[in-house]
Amino acid sequence: MSTIRILLPQHLRTLAHVKDEVLLEVESSPTIGSVLDALEAKYPALCGTIRDHGTKKRRAFLRYFACENDLSHEPADTPLPRAVVTGKEPFIVLGAIAGG
Amino acid sequence: MSKVRVLVGTRKGAFILTADGKRDKWEVSGPHFAGWEIYHMKGSPVEPDRIYASQSSGWFGQVIQRSSDGGKTWETPGGGVGKSPEGFPIGESNRFVYDTSSETGAPLTTHQWYDGTQHPWEFKRVWHLEPSLTDPDTVYAGVEDAAIFRSTDGAHSWHELPGLRGNGTGPRWQPGAGGMCLHTIILDRTNPQRMYIAISAAGAFRTDDGGKSWTPINRGLRSQFLPDEDAEVGHCVHHIAMHPSRPDTLFMQKHWDVMRSDNAGDMWKEISGNLPTDFGFVIDVHAHEPETVYVVPIKSDSEHYPLDGKLQVFRSRSGGNEWEPLTRGLPQSNCYVNVLRDAMAVDSLDKCGIYFGTTGGQVFASSDAGDSWFPIVGHLPPVLSVEVQTLS
Repeated sequence: MSTIRILLPQHLRTLAHVKDEVLLEVESSPTIGSVLDALEAKYPALCGTIRDHGTKKRRAFLRYFACENDLSHEPADTPLPRAVVTGKEPFIVLGAIAGG
Repeated sequence: MSKVRVLVGTRKGAFILTADGKRDKWEVSGPHFAGWEIYHMKGSPVEPDRIYASQSSGWFGQVIQRSSDGGKTWETPGGGVGKSPEGFPIGESNRFVYDTSSETGAPLTTHQWYDGTQHPWEFKRVWHLEPSLTDPDTVYAGVEDAAIFRSTDGAHSWHELPGLRGNGTGPRWQPGAGGMCLHTIILDRTNPQRMYIAISAAGAFRTDDGGKSWTPINRGLRSQFLPDEDAEVGHCVHHIAMHPSRPDTLFMQKHWDVMRSDNAGDMWKEISGNLPTDFGFVIDVHAHEPETVYVVPIKSDSEHYPLDGKLQVFRSRSGGNEWEPLTRGLPQSNCYVNVLRDAMAVDSLDKCGIYFGTTGGQVFASSDAGDSWFPIVGHLPPVLSVEVQTLS
């Protein structure tokens, strides 16, 4: 098992009733999809707010980052970087800026 | 002593305004859900401390919130831990999935797009929540793209009433400038099988069998922007109001035209009469006088603010046609706000209270049926909706 650190936008922290980064226990080879599954399982109020309920597609104005890399367009079964799996770096869900 | 609770949804959160029956001293709580769009909040008529709220965001989508203590605390009702058979978390309360199964009757997947082509139905947000008149756990949701959903478990889970989209006219529905939203749901206290809904820009519909089947009720409406001005559907209905004691009489503010039906929507007639402009969004009926109607005329479809910068409510005591301006206490110069379709409500105290919110963030109230007005608050974010609860 690994402990993953997740950083959420402020509005989602409020919705999930968490103040700071979220810590999640996940399987030893976590992927983008499995860590989001685990996040939604622990905080069901977040269902539908990051990914579409049915298709599990990322919502258009959100992005995924880790280790300064944009993972937003990677497939759900993409393994998370080693530094995220070891807890050295967080997996970041970021509200992208839209419009001006 | 009676008191009133005004539920205000805004672009940046919800606010709850409370006062006793005199309605002269107000307490303001909020913002609740700060930073989120609150399209609508409404309380259960049978359990007033049960309030439902539609919370949404372009970033994070739709969330349904529920309070059981009059808005002091809130919960996401489907937020319990659990797993679906497919292995996904449950979290059902935010889940609005169109019913396209052939078994339940509406395998409909497209509607008309702005350019006339067919476009898939895509859920965007909940515009209106209408709690049941008899059961605090039953609530209806009007959504964009237009459809009606129902929850019978206190908003834990939602299921579409697919007969509306499947009534046969769906492929001809088209979004208005604000999107293709189902914004009005009216329940008939005398007939639990009957409901009215309205969609921009499809028109009004009625069910007489509890939501299984729906009929367009748009005869008598005329819309100049339609190739066929008298079309069965395609009319941009902005809002409909009904007095509970006259369930066959409906008042409508259409894109242009104020209309009235006395036969449950089977036929409409225009009652704009002497209004200075008959464009507008809100319409409502006095709590004790079924022929007293209120509208807020807006200059035009391209200039969404009052005529000449003067905010005026118009009242008809004759069910339409003859209207009087109500201006005492309302800004009469340099006022260029709008009053959106769900942003007017009435209380049921002896002297009927009227409330409306503006896109300038004011909530105005009258405790004398509109003769005079005062601002309860003046600087909220743009107001999307106003509902009132009269509490004993």
